[in-house]
Amino acid sequence: MSALDQQVQPAGNVRFSQVGKPLPRTDAAGKVFGKTPFAGDYVMPGMLHMRVVRADIASARLVRLNVEKARALDGVVCILAGSDLPDRTAATDIPGQTGQKRLDTGQQILVKERVRYFGEPLALVAATTRDIADRAHDLVTFELEPLPGVYDPLEALKPGAPVVQGANNVVAERRIRKGDAATALAKADVVVENTYRTPFQEHAFLEPEVGLAWVDDNEVVNIRVCTQVIEHFRAIADAIGVPHNKVRIRGSLVGGGFGGKEDVTVETYLALMALHTGRPVRLEYSREDSFVGHGKRHPFILRYRTGITRDGKICGMDVDMISDAGAYVFLSPYVLLYAAVAAPGPYRVDDLNVYARAVATNNMFSSAFRGFGGVQACVAYEQQMDEAAKAIGMDRIEFRRRNFLKTGEPISTGFVPPSAIWTEQCTNMAWEALGAPAEPSDGPVRIGRGIAAYQQSYGRLTFLHDTSEAWVGVEVDGTVIVRSGVTDIGAGQTSALGQIAVETLGVTLDDVVIYNSDSAVTPLAGTTTATRALYMTGNATRQAAEAVRARFAERVAKEFGVRPDEIDMAFNTVFVIDNPEKSMPFVDLVKLCAADGIHRSELAIFRAPFSDILDPETGQGQAHPDYVYGAHAVEVSVDAETGEVRVLKSVAAHDVGQCINPAAVEGQVEGGTQNGQGYALSEEMLYEQGRLVTPTFSEYLMPTAMDMPRVESILLESRSGIGPFGAKGIGEPAMTPVAPAIANAIADAIGVRIFEMPITPERIVSALQEQRAAE
Amino acid sequence: MPNEKTIILRVNGRDDEVHVPSHRTLLEALRTSGHMDVKCGCEKGDCGACAVLVDGLAVDSCLTLAWTCEGKEITTVAGLGTTENPHPLQTAFKDLGAAQCGFCTPGMIMAAKCMLDDNPDPSEEDVRMGLAGNLCRCTGYTKIFDAVLEAATVMRKEGGPS
Repeated sequence: MSALDQQVQPAGNVRFSQVGKPLPRTDAAGKVFGKTPFAGDYVMPGMLHMRVVRADIASARLVRLNVEKARALDGVVCILAGSDLPDRTAATDIPGQTGQKRLDTGQQILVKERVRYFGEPLALVAATTRDIADRAHDLVTFELEPLPGVYDPLEALKPGAPVVQGANNVVAERRIRKGDAATALAKADVVVENTYRTPFQEHAFLEPEVGLAWVDDNEVVNIRVCTQVIEHFRAIADAIGVPHNKVRIRGSLVGGGFGGKEDVTVETYLALMALHTGRPVRLEYSREDSFVGHGKRHPFILRYRTGITRDGKICGMDVDMISDAGAYVFLSPYVLLYAAVAAPGPYRVDDLNVYARAVATNNMFSSAFRGFGGVQACVAYEQQMDEAAKAIGMDRIEFRRRNFLKTGEPISTGFVPPSAIWTEQCTNMAWEALGAPAEPSDGPVRIGRGIAAYQQSYGRLTFLHDTSEAWVGVEVDGTVIVRSGVTDIGAGQTSALGQIAVETLGVTLDDVVIYNSDSAVTPLAGTTTATRALYMTGNATRQAAEAVRARFAERVAKEFGVRPDEIDMAFNTVFVIDNPEKSMPFVDLVKLCAADGIHRSELAIFRAPFSDILDPETGQGQAHPDYVYGAHAVEVSVDAETGEVRVLKSVAAHDVGQCINPAAVEGQVEGGTQNGQGYALSEEMLYEQGRLVTPTFSEYLMPTAMDMPRVESILLESRSGIGPFGAKGIGEPAMTPVAPAIANAIADAIGVRIFEMPITPERIVSALQEQRAAE
Repeated sequence: MPNEKTIILRVNGRDDEVHVPSHRTLLEALRTSGHMDVKCGCEKGDCGACAVLVDGLAVDSCLTLAWTCEGKEITTVAGLGTTENPHPLQTAFKDLGAAQCGFCTPGMIMAAKCMLDDNPDPSEEDVRMGLAGNLCRCTGYTKIFDAVLEAATVMRKEGGPS
């Protein structure tokens, strides 16, 4: 056991009054009483309603667009087509502060000539009522000349394939080379080779994309919108041709994100229409619009060759990954990088070769989704661990134990995570918590169990040079204000900042108000993506609160004739640590400070570790600030006749570092489990020649209340993370191991592995038929 | 438009006058008259985010025409309780972390209310059945089950009409 493991285990000396408590979140009351305004709930006098006209063929040339009939309709105010716009593209690259050169990955705002995917926007119509906008939308006609398209990344790599992007459809390549994988595999006792396929996945947030834009008296384009990233204001300004300070994004509490509101969605269309008409404009996507209006999770094809020794050690690994980037680049290069870094999982592999490519097709573009490449890699490496254990006849948990990375050991890129690696503890606890196995009933129902461990980063890529700001102030009545641009997409991002601030200042969560998500007036905090909000903005908030606290402590220490480090603050009282007689209400101290002109607020910036890009040939270096480790275990029943799978038990064990709000952490774990279960079993986007044929929730099936088991969360707290109070992050990690755990349980139940997700009843039945035919 | 008329919708105990065409859904009519607590998630009856009570029964307001609701009692989540006088479902959802992004919450609470009115002592399986028409992408439903079962217990203890 390393020094870090020993150092972090004793926890008795940590005392919190607000942090670590499952307090009702600051945003909870508004939501249960129906008072929370979402972006779609804002209206303005004279507001226009907008619709987007979309291409109905995936690869085509726009021959003609007829808008005259629509324009003639009473109440139609403006119609914009690609030909009306200057020759400018919209950036699709990673947003926010970055010290590094960005990729050139523009997307046309509206089709000028070439249609590259089904649903690509052709025109915008704005009218005085929604009914008229709907009619005008239907009156816009267009002629598309079909062009050869390519809908499979393997086809897109073949010589002579239609070119969607660049010279040969390869939009990004990543390599990781460490040791000598070829030699190691040649020497291995056994080499296990398998290819795994993962599907598109839709975010399926309940709130479709929506926004309201208007131009104010400073000629600033204001956009009230549901987004994970208010800092898109720069990209939007560039796209519409105004200075950055002429676009203001005002977020709202967001009705779910999961990565689907990480890229720009409705903002550019809204900004253009507001500028063209001079009137407020509202655009709300229908559910079908939403299905074609934002990027999906990348499908991956992952070929693994794993070399193992008879005594259960991984001695070499060769991985080839191909992802379907779809028609535009968006975040494909970064998703690919995450997948490549994650390729060996939470295991020690000294001889490793990873080659990964993102390939353009005429499918819907793919981009960010909770887990961001780490999920796809985990689907492969954790099924491969079971297959490798089986190949040498070893227990699958024991095989994992012999290969887990330990605290202080380097990951695939040679980087040593600064925090504890408690994968083994998590694996043991999750597996044990499954308890006694269910009794298999008579008939065709079989029971199986599966486990998956994982490694998932928290914090953005370190070469992006990420920063986050927060401001904390104390009013003269002792109430606290936090201001930070962080967006809250439903995980309680803002409430957690409140808990951190009040813990530090010794008041309670009832005493704080948090202002967030306004690019003009709240300090810019970066994106709510990459499991970074708590880590980055939590640290910034803590820094700001600590600075205020230090000034307060100095003042009260003078009052009591002690040193500032002898002062503590909790539950609205300030006192001398070993002499609680000497105390005063927090509010009295604030008044003293106010009378003395002591600064009662602070603006803090937190900087993540900065690095250069990884070595392009070897992939060695630092990719992320740190990593989260844990495991998920499930028990399933499989009906061998119908192929129906029921998840009977679902247990997650994660080392989250430190819970800021345990109820919110459990909420992430439970929700991530739903996302992963749907990904494994039922969520399927079917495309025909690039055309999505499942654009509704009655065709795209996510788990309902009938499908989800009660999820059990085991939360370990190593307090070793680099977030506030030793926190790590849990947004993405919660989902990462779920799907492969279910796949492993199904294979355990029926004795045959299905290498492609989702593992639908059809695939199970046909796999069992093949199995019987082979016998 | 020829087929428009003014109707009275009784929402949360108050009369709202709305002028709407025959094809206007209850969802649109409610939101147009300011009941923004009713959420639009799919307009196809797939997600349940727009669920309200019509004469005590939960319906998807996106599949209900406004004209058919004249003379009926419509209840939205804002009419169920207030900060000062919360409904036990609202208290339980708030205290147990059953609302995350909160967009499915109004419909989820109304579906739960309808279920509990019919079955004050539900099993977890009953709760699952009662909420089967309401999708949630954030919570995995675990804390929603907890909240509904907790509210049921509170309501049984309190007795009387909910």
